[in-house]
Amino acid sequence: MNRYVLAGAVSAAALLGATAVHAADLEVTHWWTSAGEAAAVAEFARVFEEQTGHNWVDSALAGSGTGANPVIISRIIGGNPMGATQMNTGRDAEELIQAGLMRDLTDIAEEMNISEFYVDETLLEPCTYEGRIYCFPVNIHSWDWLWLSTAAYEEIGQPVPTNWNEYVESWPALEEAGILPFGLASGWPIAGIPGVLIAGVGGSDLVLSINRDKSVDAVRSDEFRAVAEALDDIRSVVSPETMVPSFGDVGNQLLTGEAAGNIHGDWLQGDLQVAGGVPGEDYECLPALGMGDQLTGGGDSFFFPVLPDGTDPEVVEAQTELARLLISPEAQLAFNLKKGSMPIRTDIDLSGANTCMQKAIGLLDNGLLPSGDFALSSDTQQQLQDLSIEFLDNDSISIDEYIDRYASIIESAD
Amino acid sequence: MTQAPPSDTARRKSGFARAIEHMFTRNIPAKIAATPMVTTVLVVFIGCTIWTIWYSFTGSRLLPSNEFVGLAQYERLFSTSRWNVSVRNLLFYGAFSLVFTLSIGFLLAVLMDQKIRFESAFRTIMLYPFALSFIVTGLVWQWIMNPTLGLQGTLRNMGWESFTFDWIARGDMVLYALLIAGLWQGTGFVMVLMLAGLRSIDDEIWKAARVDGIPAWRTYLFIVLPMMRGVFVTAVVLVGAGIVRLYDLVVALTNGGPGISSEVPAKYVYDYMFTAGNIGQGLAASTMMLVSVIIIIVPWAYLEFGGRGKNQ
Repeated sequence: MNRYVLAGAVSAAALLGATAVHAADLEVTHWWTSAGEAAAVAEFARVFEEQTGHNWVDSALAGSGTGANPVIISRIIGGNPMGATQMNTGRDAEELIQAGLMRDLTDIAEEMNISEFYVDETLLEPCTYEGRIYCFPVNIHSWDWLWLSTAAYEEIGQPVPTNWNEYVESWPALEEAGILPFGLASGWPIAGIPGVLIAGVGGSDLVLSINRDKSVDAVRSDEFRAVAEALDDIRSVVSPETMVPSFGDVGNQLLTGEAAGNIHGDWLQGDLQVAGGVPGEDYECLPALGMGDQLTGGGDSFFFPVLPDGTDPEVVEAQTELARLLISPEAQLAFNLKKGSMPIRTDIDLSGANTCMQKAIGLLDNGLLPSGDFALSSDTQQQLQDLSIEFLDNDSISIDEYIDRYASIIESAD
Repeated sequence: MTQAPPSDTARRKSGFARAIEHMFTRNIPAKIAATPMVTTVLVVFIGCTIWTIWYSFTGSRLLPSNEFVGLAQYERLFSTSRWNVSVRNLLFYGAFSLVFTLSIGFLLAVLMDQKIRFESAFRTIMLYPFALSFIVTGLVWQWIMNPTLGLQGTLRNMGWESFTFDWIARGDMVLYALLIAGLWQGTGFVMVLMLAGLRSIDDEIWKAARVDGIPAWRTYLFIVLPMMRGVFVTAVVLVGAGIVRLYDLVVALTNGGPGISSEVPAKYVYDYMFTAGNIGQGLAASTMMLVSVIIIIVPWAYLEFGGRGKNQ
């Protein structure tokens, strides 16, 4: 923290002489608390304080989306809004926007001409309500990654798999060697796995018909059955005793070779980097499970709540400046390289990105698929998460029952 | 004093008016003192309860809305396996917790009542867990019961290879793990309540029982226990209220896992209201919790207050 304060003070002092603005305190809430995430958000804070002279008051909230989102939402509804907040790109904030609790950013968007550089226009859809823009996506995250441990495969003397099927075939050999075939953290990390399997095993069409069209027939199709069977495979090799508390721990298991693989979003990469892992040497990454050519995407957006009457105009001005800055080339590059996510701008040089990110950027040209986070309401997401958690723990739930229950959730989904 | 006496009707009117006036003016300080309490009860308890029940019949999502949907929220609630598992878990936990907290608490109180040395030291030790919040209790026991890091891991490292204590990771045993932590936290408090009850029994009763040659255990069970009815009711109400709102212990100890095998209703309410942004569903679940409390409280309140009211 001292570092930011110091940087802020220095830059504020430098600016005071030139522009004589007085610095405002802008409280920013987010749930970027793991090592890689914290390093990434520090870049935003650094650029913000250096370039504007305002103070970034960091309010990191523990508990990831499931723990932090309720706090953010109840603060906004309860009339105690923060200056700016991160939330997932998607429908979590939909009703807040409709209720007029979020600041209209259309003017800034037009001034910056954002449609020219946003990598995929669909990203802005959740931010748009009645033709106005209420949030800025700052990165693209995708769940669709299979992470594999090089160390684990060296130990069993097999080449590192190049797709999901090869990976599943290697499980018996891994188990024999006492290596955990599939490392898994308890709680919400389980929730993302079915979506990844739908995209990787089921294919792009299945993603579109389930997430976008909410088609029950698609859930009852053979493609989805293959997805449920893949989830059943995972169920056969995970147990509550081997689950670790957080996804960062799975990253460590991969680097040490304790676990051979894991399905998790690309933000795991930030942690792998902080722990000193090198892609290609210490771990391998397979986007879309090595099977598909499109990624499902969501990511993080920044929202700027409408501040109560009587707020210092400087703070409102600071909001405007932060909004501009978050999607500026400099901040985008610094942030996303640390975060392991893809930037939302097409016009920046990403030669500094590592091989995993390069792979993702290649796939991005094929267009993004709407992920569950992106297309389904938080109510539906919660129901699907409950179902997946129950299925992975309880062997008595058959594949047919899983499909039935998934179908009934999708049937009532909105 | 030249005023004419008021006519008959006027007097009757003024009598009625006086009664009304009396209602507001008599004993004003007491009424002023009671106002905050009455307002709190009306607004906070009754008002919010009505609010809760009404919105459980609406399609409210993140923000309350008045779109009436009938019993749809309840239909969904009872077709959700997570809710049904939660209710079953609570019944199981509640029954065991009530029986064991009360019986162990009473037993400890009786042992403490034997005019032992260092009684206050023992009392402090037994009551100490109650000073910890459920969150701390849950975290402590989570470490103790963690198969790889806790008791099992330690004893296996010390050479007892076959020792197994992995309840927290097993869906069929995790409720017992919850019970252990809950009992550890709660029995001390019940013990202190019971001890106070035991101490309030007149010594003469004991002397009389001894003269009659009744063994101590029978005196406790058949004479002292029935005399402690008030203390028992208090303990049952306190323990019962703690059971229905069971939430923090589960969150800290298991977070509902493994799978959904230790979910409880209060956690369902929280998750659907705040994480899933579905107020209607969350309020339907909390209304069901209210109904279950009423089902328990009303017959008891009737027995306790209703009958006596008629006799007096």
